[in-house]
Amino acid sequence: MATVTTEAAGTPVTDVEHEQSFLRKYVFSTDHKVIGVQFLITSLLFLLFGGLLALLIRWQIAAPGEPIPLIGGLFPEAMAPSGIMLPEFYNSLVTMHGTFMVFFAIMPLLVGVFANFLIPLQIGARDMAFPRLNMASFWLAFAAGLIMLAGFLVEGGAAGAGWTSYAPLSANPEYTGVSLGQQLWCVSLVVLGLSSIAGSVNYITTVINNRAEGMTWFRLPLSVWSLFITAILALLALPILSGAVIMLLFDQTLGTQFFLQSGGGQPLLWQHLFWFFGHPEVYILILPAMGIASEVIANGSRKPIFGYKSMVFAMVAISFLGFIVWGHHMFQSGMNPTLGTSFMISTLVIAVPSAIKTFNWMGTMWRGNIQLRTSNLFGIGFVMLFVIGGLSGIYMASTPVDVYIHDTYYIVAHIHYVLFGGSLFAIFAGIYYWFPKMFGRMMSETVGKIHFALTFVFFNLAFLPMHEVGLGGMMRRIYDASNYQYLQDMQGLNEFISWSALGLFLVGLIFAGNFIYGMLWGEEAEANPWNANTLEWQTPSPAKHGNWVTLPTVYHGAYEYSHPEVSDKDWLAQNERPEVVTPYEGEPEGAGSTDVAPAGAG
Amino acid sequence: MARIDQRALKRVGLGGALLVVLALTLTGCGPEPQSAMLPASDFAQALQDLFSNIFWWAVGVFVVVEGALIYALVKFRDRPENEEAAQFHGHTLLEIAWTLAPALILVAIFIPTAQLIFQVDQPPENADEAVQVQVVGNQWWWRFNYPELGITTANEMHLPVDRQVELELTSNDVIHSYWVPRLGGKRDVFPGRNTYLWFTPDSTGTYVGACAEYCGTSHALMKTRVVVQDSADFQQWVERQKQPAEAPTDSLAQAGRDVFMRVCIACHTVEGTPAQSEIGPALTHVDSRQTIAAGILENTPENMARWLRNPQQVKPGNKMQIPQLSEDQIEALVAYMETLD
Ligand code: HEC
Ligand SMILES: [Cu+2]
Ligand SMILES: [Cu+2]
Repeated sequence: MATVTTEAAGTPVTDVEHEQSFLRKYVFSTDHKVIGVQFLITSLLFLLFGGLLALLIRWQIAAPGEPIPLIGGLFPEAMAPSGIMLPEFYNSLVTMHGTFMVFFAIMPLLVGVFANFLIPLQIGARDMAFPRLNMASFWLAFAAGLIMLAGFLVEGGAAGAGWTSYAPLSANPEYTGVSLGQQLWCVSLVVLGLSSIAGSVNYITTVINNRAEGMTWFRLPLSVWSLFITAILALLALPILSGAVIMLLFDQTLGTQFFLQSGGGQPLLWQHLFWFFGHPEVYILILPAMGIASEVIANGSRKPIFGYKSMVFAMVAISFLGFIVWGHHMFQSGMNPTLGTSFMISTLVIAVPSAIKTFNWMGTMWRGNIQLRTSNLFGIGFVMLFVIGGLSGIYMASTPVDVYIHDTYYIVAHIHYVLFGGSLFAIFAGIYYWFPKMFGRMMSETVGKIHFALTFVFFNLAFLPMHEVGLGGMMRRIYDASNYQYLQDMQGLNEFISWSALGLFLVGLIFAGNFIYGMLWGEEAEANPWNANTLEWQTPSPAKHGNWVTLPTVYHGAYEYSHPEVSDKDWLAQNERPEVVTPYEGEPEGAGSTDVAPAGAG
Repeated sequence: MARIDQRALKRVGLGGALLVVLALTLTGCGPEPQSAMLPASDFAQALQDLFSNIFWWAVGVFVVVEGALIYALVKFRDRPENEEAAQFHGHTLLEIAWTLAPALILVAIFIPTAQLIFQVDQPPENADEAVQVQVVGNQWWWRFNYPELGITTANEMHLPVDRQVELELTSNDVIHSYWVPRLGGKRDVFPGRNTYLWFTPDSTGTYVGACAEYCGTSHALMKTRVVVQDSADFQQWVERQKQPAEAPTDSLAQAGRDVFMRVCIACHTVEGTPAQSEIGPALTHVDSRQTIAAGILENTPENMARWLRNPQQVKPGNKMQIPQLSEDQIEALVAYMETLD
């Protein structure tokens, strides 16, 4: 550690570009930027895969019992004989769609990609504190993904107990008919847990120790704050999941009975452990999105972020509260009403910091010069859809109403508003925004805007009606609704949702095209195409190995846009000389002067 | 300076249209309930009322927040003639205001919610006079015991109208969730643990329901129904159910009974016969039920034959594993089942 910190403290290192073999440079790289891009590409592939699973699910819902079109013939007997989906296969699809999207797409896209790529660049460091651990974190995640995929190839098929894998269904192979697939699910998540813990330790250490000179805590971009808090959450929450999953694996294979009531175990224990991890996980999946949205909205509005500190404290509050609300997933388990009320209160309280953030984003836009570039569109889209996801969440927090909507499509709609409308929109915003820095080339803005508009439309067409389907009484995870008479009225709506989902998927391909084209043939990017203040834009695009020729010194907060004392431009880089402006008085004492002790030195 | 040009107007129009569409869709799912959302018990009615209460708060917040966002988007859009954006970092009063506003709304939601929790999640005062039914979830059907009345049936529960009901729920295997949308619930059903539901049905009729918690392969085929009757009809049903099965008189049915006592006896109960196993649903009065196989087939001779011919095809993975029967045996068994009314 000592060596790393001294380096970060700023010996003027010249360009650290040494000769490296292809393998060292692109495959087993320890460069945080390469690792970020590795995460980006693998997670986007998993996202695509998860999307395909979703389409299969939607096919079955729209046309139960009819052969899958086009690719139906490719499936083996055990999944879909003559193209007609078996219930077991449907259940595996539902399980794996959730698992892949949560653990292998959204989570690594937010944390793996942005924490890796952004933290060292935005705090002015040369790399992560533990570059090799960082490399291990990627390869562990990659291996976990492959193990999870292998489920589809083994006998009995992939895990089929839902992404929440409630015991005893998941604990005893007799109940689902899946044994090996269920074990692989457990092993994969344990490996992923290791990856995530390794990553988190690294992010936390780096932010604490490797900040550039003058980069005080309250000058950090909100993206770094969000990733830092997320890493703490992950470090605290993932070991719980790992522990629970190992116990589950023992129940499946060694004959323990942690979650099996037959041997004195407690099925409900799984739910407690899973959701004690699971709710913080929800915030692992949304805080970085909030950080990204703050960056793109402030930059896109050419204004300082409104209420910087309350943004930070709101995130801290959300993550703290996130640990004491897990019971809201279990309101229907016959919970004592007093306990239920306590969980309800903590859950409702989370709405307050979330509302503060929303209003602050609005305040950021207010009287700004809002530039509608793709990243900002996705950022604002994120806020709009997150509001809907937040509001529908209030219904679930209200225990008695949750009695009705629990386990219905209403919940499915909610989770997609939060994870797709929320997290994924922010991920798109982040990719459009930092793409030039990652690849040194630009994505097409025109195509990007089309991508945004169509995604926004199809997203709402696909998921808004799901609220209605849920309130109409349709349960989650039923492979065939056609035998419920009271659900038949909604078959038309379900077909509509399926078409919209197909549209959404195809729109995703536009993004893929734009991404690949941009990477290979896009226009070359300048160092700072968005006129941004944060440090990563004050080094060439793409940033070289080692990031900086001379380590930057920071004089301002990250959001000094449209500063009245800067006349020639509407931005002020964090490392621009201090004599230009009087420091913003809201900053902590000592800010803005050069005698701030270099962070991490000591 | 705040001159709104033609294009901006158009955008407001577009944004407004989108907002209306969103709001309409949300409204569509609110006060105008789907058939399954028409409450037919005190419990369901209370949920419905609280739902609409929250719904209007949500609509209010939705319109204000999204409206303000769209307004800001249009009004403060970057235009060439614009001057540099205003620079401010926050506003303490405003921030306090928009911390308090949501907090107050939440309190307004919290109060009726908390009252209702204690009302629906605790035994009511008259619980000891309630009709008691034990509900046992199985992969993928429901057993109903009326301990006071000495009745055991499956998948179809009969209840008298306007009387307090207490359901005591448990499971034989995995977690299920009992849900009859118009009457009440859902409530999760655990192995080795009891959960409860209390409600009073307020109108007669047949109410359909289902298992709401994913429970394995045929989770989608685990329906249930509740027949709410006036007290005379209910009493009549009770008397009928208490009777053991009558011995069949017709020779085909007798042949059916013989097959039954060889094959089916392993899993089913028919009171008044040696068949007393509890692995499958009680069949003593199977013919009095509207449906078979947990509500997925109408109870007709054809469907009964279909079920007996290949139960695995009707409900994949279900626990009725039987040797392939001949058509003659099936015909005889169907005749026997028809005597069990
Ligand atoms: C291995 C145990 C087993 C055997 C043997 C068995 N059954 Fe069943 N039976 C079940 C189970 C379990 C169910 C519930 C299936 C479900 O709905 O998931 C059932 C359901 C039924 C039902 C539908 C009841 C209802 O109300 O839904 C009928 C009728 C029935 N069995 C008749 C028979 C007959 C006739 C035989 C003999 C040929 C037979 N069963 C043999 C286990 C068995
Ligand atoms: Cu939660
Ligand atoms: Cu179920």
